[in-house]
Amino acid sequence: MATPDRVSYWTKTRNLMIVMMALWVFFGYVVHMFVGSLNNIVILGFPFGYYMAAQGSLIAFVVMLFVFAGRQNAIDEEHGVAED
Amino acid sequence: MANTTASGGDFTSNLGRIYGIYTGGFIAFIILMAILSAMGVPNRIIGYMFVGFTIAIYAVIGILSRTMQVGEYYVAGRRVPAIYNGMATGADWMSGASFVGMAGTLYLLGYNGLAFVLGWTGGYVLVAVLVAPFLRKFGAYTVPDFLSARYGGNLARFIGVIVLFSCSFTYVVAQIYATGIISARFLGLDFNVAVYVGLAGILVCSMLGGMRAVTWTQVAQYIVLIIAYLIPAIWMSTVKTGVPIPQLMQGQALQGIIALEQAQGIAVSHVTPFVTGGYDALNYFLLILCLMVGTASLPHVLMRYFTTPSVREARVSVAWSLLFIFILYFTAPAYAAFAKWTMLDLVASGLTPDNIAEKAGWMFRWAAADNALVQICGKAAVDAAAVAAACAEKGVTGALAFKDISLNADMIVLATPEMAGMPYVISGLVAAGGLAAALSTADGLLLAIANALSHDIYYKMIDQNAPTARRLVVSRILLVLVAIAAAYVASTKPADILAMVSWAFSLAAAGLFPALVLGVWWKRTNSTGAVAGMIAGFAVCMYYLLGTRYGAVGFYEMWSGLSTASAEAVQKFADLKAAWEAAAPDAKAAAWTALDKHAQTIASWWGVKNLSAAAFGLPVGFAVMIVVSLLTKAPSQAMQDFIEEIRIPRGKTVMEEKTA
Repeated sequence: MATPDRVSYWTKTRNLMIVMMALWVFFGYVVHMFVGSLNNIVILGFPFGYYMAAQGSLIAFVVMLFVFAGRQNAIDEEHGVAED
Repeated sequence: MANTTASGGDFTSNLGRIYGIYTGGFIAFIILMAILSAMGVPNRIIGYMFVGFTIAIYAVIGILSRTMQVGEYYVAGRRVPAIYNGMATGADWMSGASFVGMAGTLYLLGYNGLAFVLGWTGGYVLVAVLVAPFLRKFGAYTVPDFLSARYGGNLARFIGVIVLFSCSFTYVVAQIYATGIISARFLGLDFNVAVYVGLAGILVCSMLGGMRAVTWTQVAQYIVLIIAYLIPAIWMSTVKTGVPIPQLMQGQALQGIIALEQAQGIAVSHVTPFVTGGYDALNYFLLILCLMVGTASLPHVLMRYFTTPSVREARVSVAWSLLFIFILYFTAPAYAAFAKWTMLDLVASGLTPDNIAEKAGWMFRWAAADNALVQICGKAAVDAAAVAAACAEKGVTGALAFKDISLNADMIVLATPEMAGMPYVISGLVAAGGLAAALSTADGLLLAIANALSHDIYYKMIDQNAPTARRLVVSRILLVLVAIAAAYVASTKPADILAMVSWAFSLAAAGLFPALVLGVWWKRTNSTGAVAGMIAGFAVCMYYLLGTRYGAVGFYEMWSGLSTASAEAVQKFADLKAAWEAAAPDAKAAAWTALDKHAQTIASWWGVKNLSAAAFGLPVGFAVMIVVSLLTKAPSQAMQDFIEEIRIPRGKTVMEEKTA
């Protein structure tokens, strides 16, 4: 495999990693810093700030991981480094 | 499911059918138990059958999966499909404490307890993105294997084994302790006997077949534990709201709780953030961070991803793992909310010492089993007279208030079926689920420890020429020895052991995470830097954990400038210290205990709880690793090529093991 291919493969992989880490920080921390004001919004009985910590962020993590697996696999195939 | 590779393939293609039949069989078994119970079979027999039947199934799977091949023993032949590996990881991950204790913690702490829910799920993002696929490509058998290959030598391997051992051993002791508690409560065994019964259950799954047997029993255990967790929650939701979806109806439960809390004059609501349990915003977020990073560093979790057929499957498998874990963790807050709502309702209906026996007889039964579990007006609620006396002493007259009743966090899940008036069959089911959770985690941990000792210490460091048969024998002997040692420690009922479980996360995070992540993502990391960083991170973390817990007085005096203690607390410390110095020789010990107890509440750096010790160990580990690496020679070209190789999924595993 040519060297430039590897460079671009790793750049894309790294960028995807950075996006995932940013989302992780957002759903793991940032959104919960506003729990006080979010709790004033009540949906189906859930104060929204509480909801995000009890369910919302968890759902986001699960979805993120399936999307990540798909995206990373697409990058692998595009650069011809996927497993057979 | 024989020993040969060919029939192993058959087994893999039939997995769906096999576990489908198994799940159906388990549900049929629950229904059978319900019928037997209705026909008047005594509760104790039902309890025995639940526990006995499930353990027998695990044992059969364990024996059928026995193996004498190294690749099967260490990494299940790398043939576990992503979804089943996800289920096994779910069982591996959810410990007795998650199953038994988490909803209880949420019941007591409300919003702040959610730090555990977030911390124990979000870490999988780090596992999938930063660590697991690369370790799978490398082809390690153990986590120290990778450290040794990347950081050239046995020093890094040895430090890895030390970190692994210190975080996994206390964890496994806690699992065996939990199996002992559950067997003692539901089977009426003596605790010391129950611990060794639990031990037998663990060994039968892991000893004969190593990773391969553990994988297939963990899948079976996941199915038991998730059914056992969901049924009581669905039951409560249906009874209280008419809709059998507890996660959705939790909103209604929260509104019910808030209304009843106001009626009771409780100022800090279930949904109020950053007040209860000493978690201010800083400690809340640091705890989440430590639990997440710890997740991505715990060897017994990472090694599950060594078993998938490919790098691609490893990534998908992390997503499946989190989905299966999520099913339990997003039910836990609902479980807690419904249990709390039920309790508040009970109190609002006018609970007095005289009508407890009739309205909530379970309180007396649990208090009789262990005085600490149910306390009313500050005393064990063993009978009406004891409650009346305790409340009279405290000046509580008439109906009891919610705050007068304190329930232990660990009993809430196990007692909820009785609390909500469910039949005994559900209690038996919950016991079987708790046992499945504790046994599956114990298996994974024991295997991680025994593999590190046999593969890393014995094979790689002591005798590189050991024949395969001997390696497997050594591995099994070590497994049994570690298990017996852990059971012995558990049988002494060490008071601090449950607190130490949370320490495992901080220790793993500070000791392993920087070396694992930088090893893949930063080529410039070299052996000197990695070794220095691992030692520094682990040492700082250990110092903070032990210092604030076991040497609080000295720790506070040395670091009083960094403590956030209030002026009164500082004054109280000075007073207690003076009292200790002035105490007569026979009163010294008591005075010291008082001083030490107070010191533990103020010994800290910037008020950070010792649960979150990795908040210091982690940045120190990263900083030392980076600085020392930059100051010393860059890794060789061969090493840089090695890193290139593990970054690319295609191709064979980097490490090829001799397997015969």
